[in-house]
This record gives sequence, C-alpha cells and structure tokens, in this order.
Amino acid sequence: MKSELLKSVDDGDKSKLKASGAWTADRAHELDAIVQDFAVDRAITRTSEIDATGIEALDTFGARTLDRLVRTSATQKGQALLLGLPSRFSDLFNRVSQAADKPLEVAEGGWSLGGGIDAIRRTITRIGCGFSDFLAMLGEIGSASFRVALKPRSFRLTSFVSQLDRVAWQAVPIILLITFLIGCIIAQQGFFHFRKFGADEYVVDMVGILILREIGVLIVAIMVAGRSGSSYTAELGSMKMREEIDALRTMGLDPVEILVLPRVIALIIALPILDFLGSMAALYGSGLTAWIYGNMSPEIFIARLKDAISITHFKVGIIKAPFMALAIGVVACAEGFAVKGSAESLGRQTTSSVVKSIFLVIVLDGLFAIFFASIGM
Amino acid sequence: MQSDNPVIRVRDLVVGFGDTVVLDRVSLDVFRGEILGLVGGSGSGKSVLLRTIIGLLQKREGFIEILGADIDRMDFEERRAIERRCGVLFQHGALFSSLTVLENVQFPMREYLNISRGFMDDVARAKLDMVGLSARDAKKYPSELSGGMTKRAALARALALDPEIVFLDEPTSGLDPIAASDFDALIRTLQQTLGLTVFMVTHDLASLANICDRIAALANGRIVAAGSLATMKASADPWVHAYFSGRKEPRVLNTNSMQPS
Repeated sequence: MKSELLKSVDDGDKSKLKASGAWTADRAHELDAIVQDFAVDRAITRTSEIDATGIEALDTFGARTLDRLVRTSATQKGQALLLGLPSRFSDLFNRVSQAADKPLEVAEGGWSLGGGIDAIRRTITRIGCGFSDFLAMLGEIGSASFRVALKPRSFRLTSFVSQLDRVAWQAVPIILLITFLIGCIIAQQGFFHFRKFGADEYVVDMVGILILREIGVLIVAIMVAGRSGSSYTAELGSMKMREEIDALRTMGLDPVEILVLPRVIALIIALPILDFLGSMAALYGSGLTAWIYGNMSPEIFIARLKDAISITHFKVGIIKAPFMALAIGVVACAEGFAVKGSAESLGRQTTSSVVKSIFLVIVLDGLFAIFFASIGM
Repeated sequence: MQSDNPVIRVRDLVVGFGDTVVLDRVSLDVFRGEILGLVGGSGSGKSVLLRTIIGLLQKREGFIEILGADIDRMDFEERRAIERRCGVLFQHGALFSSLTVLENVQFPMREYLNISRGFMDDVARAKLDMVGLSARDAKKYPSELSGGMTKRAALARALALDPEIVFLDEPTSGLDPIAASDFDALIRTLQQTLGLTVFMVTHDLASLANICDRIAALANGRIVAAGSLATMKASADPWVHAYFSGRKEPRVLNTNSMQPS
C-alpha cells in the first residue's frame, strides 16, 4: 500500500491493515484509490483485521471506504474484522454501513435488442403524440374561436392588440431588411447568370414571380417562426412551469381562449401584412440592384414588371400567408403547453417548436404549389 | 458542546438595498456543533442575513468570519475552500432541474473531488439513504418529487461534500406538521452523526422547540434576543414576547377552547 492512510502490517500468520489519519472528503481521491487497489491486490484480500485506532477524522466518504474494505475482504475467504474504531465515529460508520445494506434497484444494462426496439417504439410514439397534440390544439383553437364568435365580447382585445404590436409592428424593420437583401441577391444572381445568354430582361420576370409567389412568403414565415413562434412557446412554457395555466383552469377560464387565441389570430393577421411589406421591400431591392448592377433604369424595370406579373401572382403568395401563420401559431402553442417542469424541457420544446413550424411551413408551401398548379393559378 | 471560538462570527453587519437598511449592526455567533435557529417576522431580513453570510449578498459594513477566516480577506482559492466546507439548503430546494436526484447529489463531488464513478455512486446513495430517499427516488427528476422529497434531496446535496456548517433556509416551510417534525428529527440525527454545525432560518415553533440548541431573534434589523427557548420566552422584547408566548399557540393547541360560536 502506497497511501499513508492505510498501511499493511505483517503480524505473523495474519495480515493486518492499519488505518490512520484523516479519512475525509479532502482525501477522497486517495480513499478511492485504496478501495480500487484493495480490490485488485490479491495479497491484501487475505486480510483478516483492519485496525482503525489511528483514524483521526471520519466523514461519509471515509466511512463508506472503510465499509467497502470490510465488505471486499468479507466476500473472500474469512471475514475481516474492524477493530478499534474510535467510538465517536461508530454512529456514522454504522449508519453508512446500514445504507449500503439496502439492495440496489436493478441497474440499467447496456444496449440490448429489446432496449433498442423499445427506444424506436418510444420515438415513434413521441412523434405520434406530437402530431396528436398538434391536432388537439388545432381543435381547441377551432372550438374556442367558435365560442368567441358566438360571444364576441369575450374576445381578449387588449391581449390581441399587444400581441399584434409584438409580432407585426415590431417585426417590420427586421423583415424589411432581410427581404430587401434577399431581393438584391436574387436580382444580382439573375443578372450575373442570365447575361451569359443575353437574357437580362427576363431577370425582372424571374424576380417578380419568384418573390411574389414563393420567396416573399417563405422568408417571412420562416422569420416569424423563429422570432414569434419561439417566443410563444417560451412564454406559454414558462407559464405552464409556474402553474399559471393550471391557475387559469381552476378559475374556470379556458387558457386556449385567453392565451392562445389572441396570439394565433394576431399571427394570422400579421403574416399577410408582413408578407406584403416584405415582398415590396424585396422588389425594391431587386429594382435597385437592376439599376446599379444591371444597368437597367427604374422606368424600364417597372414597365417590364408590369408586363411580367399579374395580380394572380400576388394572390398566390398572400393566400398562403394566413395558413402558414396558423401552422406556426398552433405548433408554437402546442409545444408551449407540452413543457414539463424542468428548464431543459423548456429549451427542448422551444427548439422543437421552431424546427416543426419551419418544416410545416415548407410542407404547406409544397402542397399549395400542387394546388395552385392544378387549378391553373 | 459549545467551544469558545465560534465557527461563524458576525459583527456590526449592515446590509441594505437602495435607501432601505435591512440589517442594522447585527452581531451573532454560531458555535461548533450547535443548531442555531434564527427567527424573525416576514421581511425582517433573516434570509438576507443568511445570504450575506454565504456571500450571495454584499454587505455595506461589518465583519463576517467563517471557520476562522475573514470573508473580506480571502483570495479565490481560500474562498472556494471555505465554500466547500459549507452546505446550503435553499428554501425551494434549488435542485438542478435537468439532473436526476442522484446526479444532483453527485454534482458538487464531480466538481470538487477527483474520484471514480463507482465511489461517487456509492457515497451519493449512502447520503440519499441517510436523508430517507430510496434508490428509486434517486433516478427521478426534481419535477417528479413531492415537497418533502425535494427538501430531502436538497439536504442530501447540501451534505454532498460532508460540510462542517450547513445553512438551512426555512427547511420545514411548506411541509405538513408530521413531515416537518420528521424533517426536524432528520436534521437532528444528521447533525449528531456527522457532527454538523447548523444555521437554520425558520418560522416553525416546533422546530425551534425540538431541535434548536440556541435561538436568535431578528427584529427591526437587529438581533433582539438570543439564547435558549426559556430565555426567549422570558424576553422583554415585545416582538419576541408575542412570538414565543403569543396568543396563537394555546388557541391552536388547546382543543377545549374551540367552542362553537
């Protein structure tokens, strides 16, 4: 034994261990090493006596080590005896030893086929639950809006206005900036590549149609999902954690009607407005790029744009906006209500809210593309 | 039981926020191996005193000494060493919500001690057993625990490194009288087995009577009385008098007086 805490003494035919010094948390590393050496070193396992007279200080760490020494040797041939433990430590030692007598719960094993299948099953169940949560929230919002439609005075106007301020008005600067930049980039790329074919003029067609039909609404919806959807989930989630939602329920109020409905409706109104503003900013950006980079005067750009696009393209974009808003709002609120007690759960649901709503926005966009193509818009 | 040099020495402590002075020249000693109960009305600054001693709040004036070291004249390493010898049980447990109970107890060990996983599991299980939590509870997350279990788990975490001093902030608040008296008994047992010094902020008359060796009363930003329960009952201070020999106790405990009106 290298440690000065435990020395082995050869006393004729019996081997003895002599413990001394401070067996406390400060020297936990040494204590740990003692137990590990002890388990490995076969000569030591013949120990029949542990002399604890020299122990000056003992805490739970020391007591547990001592207990493990006694136990390790007891499982080999012959039982080790603990001798001379100062009486002031005996309470602690007995208590710790008694704790170690309790059987452990079955420890989780490593990977097994059953476990793996079980993990897959749980993942699938979780996805299914996520989907049914989404449907449930959609249904609750539907029934809440029906109730509010029958009794319009119960609509939370103040909350709705303040949400509208947050998700629409306060989002305007960032949305304008981002869509403006996207418009510039699309136009620049168009000119750069179309110029090779001498098709400069068609850049305006491409920009107009792309922005009005697809890019405008997609960029805005993704921005809103990241900006407002995540804040909805975090707000509702922390209200759930602090039992505020339960408090509303016990007062006989419907949290969906009070918290969710104003938020979702604010989002449904905000997204088309933001889509319109964003599309205009993107067209302005592409016009500016056409003028500076593509040497196309604003008059020609506007004239060309008038020919290239019709109100249909604008309609196709703007019709999608409220549906995307509904998807974002429902996902955000459903995830918020799914938050459990821990801070980690709040973070997980917020992430999943943003990921799911962006995914849904893109899926919806695809479905709308098929729909509009088949009705010839 | 008491030795002459206190483990915590507070002298002329002044703490305030903005214009309000919460603690006004408070002096208090805590001796080795005792359970000191600090009482005071709501908002009297009990928790402020506790938080100042453990270094979570800044003091304006005064002097605090823990385990013989002045907390103003400590460098980072010394401060860490002192903090390692103190355990704190927060009022609402303050368990880390993303870790299981067992991991919560192991957290300080993992940070401070360089020991193997098996040893850590072993000691943490022993601590949980000592506070009365089973191996099944050890795998639960804090959000799955009842109020009493949360307090027990938080106590096990406070004891993780075998501290010499344990600070308890209202350990029995929010527990029913039976759970509270069980918890009191647990604190007493642990204090005796582990040789702890306990500094306890409490409202609970039963804890004060059953387990505290000494009581200090805080009112109007000062310690107005300190001593045994008998001393407190005999105190002339009006607040202490109302608290310990107030009309509340007989009315609650004496069923005969509950006449239908």
